[in-house]
Amino acid sequence: MQSLSHTLHQIYARFLPEPNMETLFWLSVTLAVFALGVRLQIRLGRAPWANPVLFAIAFVALGLLVTETPYATYFESVKIINFLLGPATVALAIPLADSIRLVTRSLPAMTLALLAGSVTSVVSGIVLVLLLGGSHEVALSMAPKAVTTPIAIAITTQIGGIPALTAAFAILGGIIAAMIGETILRRLGITDWRAHGLAAGIAGSGIAAAQVAQRDPVGAAFAALGIGLNGLVTAIIVPLILYFLPG
Amino acid sequence: MPEAFLILILFQLLGSALQMVLHLPVPGPVIGMFLLAAALLWKRSRTRTDGPKASSFDTPALSSLSRTLIACLGLLFVPAGVGLVTQMPVLLANGLPIAVALFGSTLLGLMVTAFVMHRATHDRPSPERIPDTGGQVL
Repeated sequence: MQSLSHTLHQIYARFLPEPNMETLFWLSVTLAVFALGVRLQIRLGRAPWANPVLFAIAFVALGLLVTETPYATYFESVKIINFLLGPATVALAIPLADSIRLVTRSLPAMTLALLAGSVTSVVSGIVLVLLLGGSHEVALSMAPKAVTTPIAIAITTQIGGIPALTAAFAILGGIIAAMIGETILRRLGITDWRAHGLAAGIAGSGIAAAQVAQRDPVGAAFAALGIGLNGLVTAIIVPLILYFLPG
Repeated sequence: MPEAFLILILFQLLGSALQMVLHLPVPGPVIGMFLLAAALLWKRSRTRTDGPKASSFDTPALSSLSRTLIACLGLLFVPAGVGLVTQMPVLLANGLPIAVALFGSTLLGLMVTAFVMHRATHDRPSPERIPDTGGQVL
């Protein structure tokens, strides 16, 4: 009887904590590396190019490579972080409601900027890939890259792109926009949070919006609007643009 | 705080349910965001006319939870972002067109959006201006 209980405990101690340990390990790594990235950014005079998201992605990817951990195992461990994206998106409603006066006042300007930005983003993505000899599939996957990922994947599936590639482009584009967007816009003499927020939401989707949102509530409100509205507009214009673009 | 988190989850649930039932092209959390903003505005317009009555869900806890979540929004993209490693072979095979198109298209999109927005609003009062911190953020 005692030996049976001992064996059971051995089995328990051997197997049960393992997935739990793995979850805790990768959660710790992800949080630690991101926190380190944030500190590094502050140390570097809060430079936008020292983006903590890129820093964390690079180091975790290196960690997966070194430990020979498959991405699926990693994602399973840290899916609680990914899950929080949902509530965090809903949370953008609060800055949006707080700056509703500014939003209604700039509604006509926003509509214009939204249409111009969406069309530019889609057309330039397709044309640049094709001009530089990229494949048709890559060009199609590039078309909806500025939209929030679930919409981008739905669009790319519909037009014949590769969903995983579109997801990769959305993340890379967001990182690019977060790293150099603000500096470039300020060089152009654009200092208004409404323009910065809307541009980040439309051209850089989530990651660039995150960068603007944590700096200013008005920026957060316009970034939230940019993400939501650009999703709708792009879903409508991508099939239209492809209809008119030959090839 | 539990109530505040419940509000966010409930609106995400509501948004996702609407998306499923009506086959909308917009993701559930984004619909939830618009619904919650509408609910907050409706609640605020009513409390303004009815006098200062504490509203049931427009609480300081909701504001502070939202600030916390938005402050670490970047972290939440890391799990999906690491998925880039699974696409590395395809990305490297088409390296040049992908790199140029990503940079070019993202920058063009940013500049056109911000420029049109800036031009179309620029004669109106814009009280919130970015202090020129010489390229510094946060």
